[in-house]
Amino acid sequence: MPAAKAPTSLRRLFDEIGTVDHVGIEERVAKYTTRSIKKKSKVFGLRLAVTMVDLTTLEGKDTPGKVASLCQKALTPHDVGDIPSTAAVCVYPAMVKHAKKHVGGTKVKIASVATAFPSGQAPLKTRLAEVHAAVNDGADEIDMVINRGAFLAGEFGRMQDEIAAVVDACGKATLKVILEVSELETYDNIRAASFLAMRVIRPNDFIKTSTGKTSSNATLGNNQVMLEAIRDHFLTTGVPIAMKPAGGIRTAKQALHFLTAVKETLGDEWLNNRRYRFGASALLNDLVRQLEKERTGTYQAPWNFSDATEGY
Amino acid sequence: MSRLHITKTPKCYVGGAFIRSESARVAELHDSSGAFFANIPQCTRKDLRNAVEAAAKAGPGWAKRTAFNRGQILYRLAEMMEARGVELAEAIALGGSSKADASREVAASIERVVHYAGWTDKYEQILGSVNPVASAHFNFTVTEPMGIIGIIAPDDAPLLALLSLILPAITSGNSVVAVASTTQPYPSILLGEMLATSDLPGGVVNLLTGQRSEMLPTIATHEHLRALSGAVNAAERQELRLGAAESVKRVRLLKAEEPIDWFAYKMQGVEEIRALIEFKTTWHPIGA
Repeated sequence: MPAAKAPTSLRRLFDEIGTVDHVGIEERVAKYTTRSIKKKSKVFGLRLAVTMVDLTTLEGKDTPGKVASLCQKALTPHDVGDIPSTAAVCVYPAMVKHAKKHVGGTKVKIASVATAFPSGQAPLKTRLAEVHAAVNDGADEIDMVINRGAFLAGEFGRMQDEIAAVVDACGKATLKVILEVSELETYDNIRAASFLAMRVIRPNDFIKTSTGKTSSNATLGNNQVMLEAIRDHFLTTGVPIAMKPAGGIRTAKQALHFLTAVKETLGDEWLNNRRYRFGASALLNDLVRQLEKERTGTYQAPWNFSDATEGY
Repeated sequence: MSRLHITKTPKCYVGGAFIRSESARVAELHDSSGAFFANIPQCTRKDLRNAVEAAAKAGPGWAKRTAFNRGQILYRLAEMMEARGVELAEAIALGGSSKADASREVAASIERVVHYAGWTDKYEQILGSVNPVASAHFNFTVTEPMGIIGIIAPDDAPLLALLSLILPAITSGNSVVAVASTTQPYPSILLGEMLATSDLPGGVVNLLTGQRSEMLPTIATHEHLRALSGAVNAAERQELRLGAAESVKRVRLLKAEEPIDWFAYKMQGVEEIRALIEFKTTWHPIGA
């Protein structure tokens, strides 16, 4: 949607924060995939990426048993090679108490999606009750979805009020605000939604790209738009906001590309798991696989890393 | 009117696509008279790794095809080769073979493809079995493909030897990553073009050209490869066996330092297929 045809509220916002140079972003992120990251720096990047993973299972078929094995995987991603534990496990609210049994008291945090994930289409009261329930069960972090309907209708006040209400409901828990970028449709909208969210959340709360439940998820382009929004917000207000791309990041190579983007856009201050996370399920195994390759010098087979391989 | 000569860029067939090496390196290939012929990609261990990923992706689908369908596809490969037989013979003659010898190699290669096309839905009857047991069980043995097979072709017989090593592997549903002849790589480039038009799913056969010595350490140790099959010299055999031991690969190597008669009848057949499959035995309870 070109800025000129946008609703008045959106146009006013763009006057303040500026729009996104679409072609410029695409060109910029294409360069990130050309960096040569080898040996020591590769191992550094891979290990860092492991510590940034929010190991996720968000399926209707999740069971306490599945969450238990997810927690074990998060605590000890591999039995050799001294691989660090992940940042968090990410589960549905009903699974928080089961996760608590396994990772409670460890470095691995419990993140829970809430607010009628993934659509967010439930009354505000219900959504807040879900957040309260998750926090009371022991969730350290809450992943909420924004009201895309309100955003696209130009009702920014309503969207921000709802985020602010969730901030209150979170108490001490860290908040991650999912913009669901694939439903925002343009880079301009992603930038606008990022700013609207960042203005009502607390320092070191997160903005997050996607639920992972739609066709298009985290891309280097979306990530870059949001990183630049965080940078611009930080430079004008001094408030640091953290970032979490989620969905579609499956390979160690992709993870290194994203980390390159963080390093070159926000700098070392953001290269830790308090400021940057990966929402992923398959990524961890590939990271461990590549780390094992660096450790042993031998290309590894996927069946050594709890992957389903159909005998191949 | 004289036309501008259209030169060809040979590319390797990997994952159903035609690639240059990720290293962008090439080596000049000269014909037997010493004249420049083409630049051949010099694949690296990273290309090998990418080829293994491609083979892993394609393998399960290939193995699930019906035996009959695999046979049809292999026969289609023979059709594609037959149509471009003259070009294949010229590619082999680049290495110094006489025209007659080159044509003989092409004919034998095509026949070998047809031979294995016939085996796809027949080897199971010969290799599988129903086993007598002294209990109330129906006990039977069936075969399964191993997975991804590493193929190391010798320098000589650049088409026939390569195909003789690849075919028994894919007949049973394995996928392969093959390192072609170092000194005569061009026939493998052409073979890739024929594989691409033969209905064979991309990634089932991956062909790499370049220095064998550069790729051997990786092909020996890569844990995702389940078996190695090839014809190499004594030092290479030792290197491959040592590397394969760590990941417990099956190794089946012919001696390249001794003359191998690739045309021989014994170079094909069900024993070759047997060498690259796993056997699964099932005990099925029957009513008392």
